[in-house]
Amino acid sequence: MKIIACVKQVPDTETQIKVASDGTSIAQDGIKWVMNPYDEFGVEEALRLKEKFGGEVTVVGLGPKRVTESLRTALAMGADKAVLVTDDALEGSDALAVAKALAAAIKDLEYDLILAGQRGVDDDQGLVGASLAELLGIPHLPVITKLEASEDGKSVKANRPVEGQTLVLEAALPALVTAQKGLNEPRYASLPGIMKAKKKPLEEKSLADLGLDASEFGTGARKLKVIELTPPPERQAGKIVEGESPEEKAAALAKLLHDEAKVI
Amino acid sequence: MAQGVMVIAEQRGGEIHKISNEVTSEGRRLADALGQDLTAVVLGSGVKDKAAGLARYGADKIVAADDPQLENYTADAYVPVLAEIIKANEPAVLLLGASSMGKDLSARLSARLGVGMAQDCVSFAVEDGKLTAVRPIYAGKAYARVTFSDDSLPQMATARPNVLEVNEPDTGRSADVADAAVNLDDGQPKAKVAEVVVDESGKVDLTEADKIVSGGRGIKGPEGFQVLEELAAAVGGSVGASRSAVDAGWRSHTDQVGQTGKVVSPNLYIACGISGAIQHLAGMSTSKVIVAINKDPDAPIFQKADYGVVDDLFKVVPPLTEEVKKVMA
Repeated sequence: MKIIACVKQVPDTETQIKVASDGTSIAQDGIKWVMNPYDEFGVEEALRLKEKFGGEVTVVGLGPKRVTESLRTALAMGADKAVLVTDDALEGSDALAVAKALAAAIKDLEYDLILAGQRGVDDDQGLVGASLAELLGIPHLPVITKLEASEDGKSVKANRPVEGQTLVLEAALPALVTAQKGLNEPRYASLPGIMKAKKKPLEEKSLADLGLDASEFGTGARKLKVIELTPPPERQAGKIVEGESPEEKAAALAKLLHDEAKVI
Repeated sequence: MAQGVMVIAEQRGGEIHKISNEVTSEGRRLADALGQDLTAVVLGSGVKDKAAGLARYGADKIVAADDPQLENYTADAYVPVLAEIIKANEPAVLLLGASSMGKDLSARLSARLGVGMAQDCVSFAVEDGKLTAVRPIYAGKAYARVTFSDDSLPQMATARPNVLEVNEPDTGRSADVADAAVNLDDGQPKAKVAEVVVDESGKVDLTEADKIVSGGRGIKGPEGFQVLEELAAAVGGSVGASRSAVDAGWRSHTDQVGQTGKVVSPNLYIACGISGAIQHLAGMSTSKVIVAINKDPDAPIFQKADYGVVDDLFKVVPPLTEEVKKVMA
């Protein structure tokens, strides 16, 4: 089975996010960059399928050169090769442009299955996976927590929890799935894995290499324009509910929620 | 020329879903701001009568695509039908709910239409005749105000559930329901729904819950969540959990609130034994009223809480459940 796992690099979830002086982007200093947690589930699932069916896992990343680090992590986990779409002109691209560039990089590769995270924990758009499936003209099984490939490796079945129910989706391959937490527990890269990863192929592609017009990418070509970024609205610390005993505090709190906040 | 506001309503099992009333109400406000009409679109099987009810929330016109193939949502069936409806109506603004369905549908539809898309927005406005929207990013650690390039039409966005104000239903209002053509034989490969497993617990999904009682490391184990279940039942809410509680295996990942879990905005969020790691705070900071119960007075969660109780949660929560029953009786 030939599998592609898409990888984005994002600030670690413990990172404090500050707005940069331009007012439309985040300050880059002090950020620890990591593989998007949802993409990690995708890489892990790709490796498990390869272990079962044989084949090859290619990780595809997009972004500045630092993304190489996350691709090497995926290679150290066990992926076979990596492609990095990198070009200064990509800086600031919106989800649709990113999906276009990924589609161009992927369409010439052989694949049965594409895995991606259900969303990046940075922009929280959750658009790239679905858009990529649309551009490639293949079925998309979104936000899945369980994946099974048929014995002949020609179709997949996936669980998709939605509000109050779980849908079991089925599609013939090639298809794209987006990974949700619960799909698996990603492995850590082993030391021998890290050593081996250094020698695995990692190919860089520019927009020109992919036959794409740079003017269709980057901040200037965004269809969704950022007017400004702001810190979240401040929440004021409220009142501490006092009382002589836990029972008194509980009674006072219930009264406040009913009479003052009017939420119960 | 693109004109008017269009909302895509959502039905499940033939019933119009609550988020549809929210987006129709917001659609009405935006249509008024633009001085244009509001069209509500419903896809489903046997949903025409129910669709007509959206007039009460402000729709001027209703378009129903009624076909057995549209009974359950699949992007493969919904996207081509909607793409046709949008082509025929050329709306300037297209609004959906950021539900499981809406997030997937909007993603795929925006790529089909080649337009920009703003996911999971918490407020909307019309400025100089254009749609602007505010959306939390980094799970709410920052807010982005966005708009659309001039060639990106319709201006497309989804609205976070539970955030937008629902109009008082106007039972005197009605609207014509027009049928949309359903032509679904494009020969494209498809994903299909093989099975629907209904969650028998009847628990409301956290993203839609009006009230949430959440537990963290301070719960100390899976059995500790029982007292939270009882409080949740008393207030009529769902139980959530912090990442540490989920990673410890005490609760299912579907219960996780935070940057790598669900982003929630209930009317009431009660955090029990949760210290308030930044990635958790990010996922619940748009809740309307936040209560924190924690024995550590220095826990960061108290900085975000409207009401704080500094005490052992196991001593506070059971009497709180009883007191809640009393005041709600």
